[in-house]
Amino acid sequence: MKKHTLAVLVENKSGVLARVAGLFSRRGYNIDSLAVGVTEDPDISRMTIVVQGDDAVLEQVTKQFNKLVDVIKVSDIGGDDAVERELALIKVAADVNSRAEIIQIADIFRARIVDVAPNSMTIEVTGDEGKIQAIEKLLRQFGVKEMVRTGKIALVRGPKKV
Amino acid sequence: MTIGSPEKVTGARALIKGLEKEGVTTMFGYPGAALLQIYDELYESDLRHILVRHEQAAVHAADGYARVTGKTGVCIATSGPGATNLVTGIATAYMDSIPIVALTGQVPHSIIGNDSFQEADITGITLPITKHRYLVPEANDLPRIIKEAFHIASTGRPGPVLIDMPKDVINGEFEYHDVETVELQGYKPTYRGNAQQIKKAAEEIAKSTNPIIYAGGGVISSNASAELVELAETLMAPVTTTLMGIGSIPAEHPLNLGMLGMHGSKYANYSIQESDLLIAVGARFDDRVTGKLQSFAPNAKIIHIDIDPAEISKNVPAHIPVVGDAKIILKSLIKHVKQCNSEAWLEKINEWKREYPLSYEQGESIKPQFVIEQISEACRDAIIVTEVGQHQMWTAQFFKFTEPRTFLTSGGLGTMGYGFPAAIGAKLGRPDKVVFDISGDGSFQMNSRELATAVQNNIPVVSVILNNGYLGMVRQWQELFYDRRYSHTCIKGSVDFVKLAEAYGALGLRVERPSEVLPAIEEAIASGRPTVIDVVVECEENVSPMVPAGAAINEFVDLEGNE
Repeated sequence: MKKHTLAVLVENKSGVLARVAGLFSRRGYNIDSLAVGVTEDPDISRMTIVVQGDDAVLEQVTKQFNKLVDVIKVSDIGGDDAVERELALIKVAADVNSRAEIIQIADIFRARIVDVAPNSMTIEVTGDEGKIQAIEKLLRQFGVKEMVRTGKIALVRGPKKV
Repeated sequence: MTIGSPEKVTGARALIKGLEKEGVTTMFGYPGAALLQIYDELYESDLRHILVRHEQAAVHAADGYARVTGKTGVCIATSGPGATNLVTGIATAYMDSIPIVALTGQVPHSIIGNDSFQEADITGITLPITKHRYLVPEANDLPRIIKEAFHIASTGRPGPVLIDMPKDVINGEFEYHDVETVELQGYKPTYRGNAQQIKKAAEEIAKSTNPIIYAGGGVISSNASAELVELAETLMAPVTTTLMGIGSIPAEHPLNLGMLGMHGSKYANYSIQESDLLIAVGARFDDRVTGKLQSFAPNAKIIHIDIDPAEISKNVPAHIPVVGDAKIILKSLIKHVKQCNSEAWLEKINEWKREYPLSYEQGESIKPQFVIEQISEACRDAIIVTEVGQHQMWTAQFFKFTEPRTFLTSGGLGTMGYGFPAAIGAKLGRPDKVVFDISGDGSFQMNSRELATAVQNNIPVVSVILNNGYLGMVRQWQELFYDRRYSHTCIKGSVDFVKLAEAYGALGLRVERPSEVLPAIEEAIASGRPTVIDVVVECEENVSPMVPAGAAINEFVDLEGNE
């Protein structure tokens, strides 16, 4: 199934997120990731939704989004050349013996150590989905205690706006 | 109000002012603790408020009022159970695209979310069944929200909008200001069809020899009936209507094939299947219309005219979509087309009409179809409202409708109990018309207590109950698909409808012989009172023809067991 990245501009009001989620859940779709934040205009928020599904159903969901009064614009930017980023925080088990090796891995991925404790380290990594999966895989051998991801955000390259 | 000394008003007062500004004259509702301030305003208002006996009736009545007038219907209910009682009616209006503004009371902001007394998250509950909804943040927002709500409900593809008003908003005072314009970035319906698409549609039409027009409720809501008939006559193309599209072309127009779909005429369904061009106008290819999707109109190019882009290619892929208002698009399309070479096609359809007419056999007992025909003969220009079930399909098949907005029925949601309260709303919207609620003995009992509303307010609607002692449509399916195991569908002897009517102070009449039907109808109309006519009809009559769910629409069930 094809992966789609939807950029959705919405009025910054309550209830929009619930309706958007409902349009997917009703059709049995699982949202891979969803990131929301305010845009350059404080009255407008932007959602980036990553979802898998066949084109016809996704087209229907997109049209249903557009019907929502609080939704200003919906674009599927999955096919565009876009800058895509995700941020993850990964808390890894780390003691004196493993700490150096974990720092080395973080360096290679240009990740940052943002917290250190006697038995753990927290790493902040930014990148596309592949990069985050790769570092997670490498860190698993030390024991990943906890992990959180922001979900993907994306902007189309060049001057074009959604 | 003068600048410098703004008038201080409560939210309740602002609401009434807002409704008056929107041209509301009639509303339907039921009071409650959260609404006391609003009802206090209504005590002196010129707005006519009809007190119903259950909030569901308020929303159905607003819906009936909206369907006959074309205006936005208004209903009001208190917080908690009052609001949740609106849910079925809101969903009914949503499925049939009826403009309604539903007002609800809510507990004060300070205790929202605390499971407070009579609290329900009604904006959450109605999220998927409203076109839009508001939980009013402050009294100050009310003028804008009322303006927006009426705008959203009545424009584009119409639908219900809910305004949930916490008690602090209703009671709170603010400096009143009028709001004249609506600014909604995310809401800009398309009315004009794309000229290129209309040209393409005209080119496709010119090539067609077997065209058919498939008209839905959108034709009625955009008041495009005249244009629809003009297009059909210009092309010499037959028209079939959905349940919601009935009335958009007169029943006896030679090009009208009546309703299509599960209980459509055989000639309508055969025509769809053999058409080479399907012009869908304000219709949404519902499963009760299309049957098995893959087999629907297999040889036809499809032109789909609809105001809602989300309807395009939702169920059946459209070759030529035209998004916009039916009336505007048909007007412009008519300019680009001329008569199709459809003589042989119309002749073929006429043969089907002769071979497979809608019919029934009259015997000793009263056939339900006969009752519909009698009402149709006696009162062709009446407004007919139905409940849901067999009687609804017989009405769609046998009543000779001549005008739009005279047939009101819950098409999409299929809400039993819709009819009687909707008839009350319809009568208030069109007091000049005779209004019938045609029902079954099952459906009528779902909202029969509204007899009290009709009597108290002297609203003379005539309820004709086709009493067969069964939940007839379910019984029909049990007969055909469950070996006549009539599980929980027999309701014989549940109530004496004549006495029930009399208990409420309405007129009750019973009809047991075919010859008594017409006199009873005449007596009911002449009485000028709310009337219930209990017509004892044949118990196990079936709606025919019938296509089983999921079959292609030319695969009819053999109802006689002998073909």
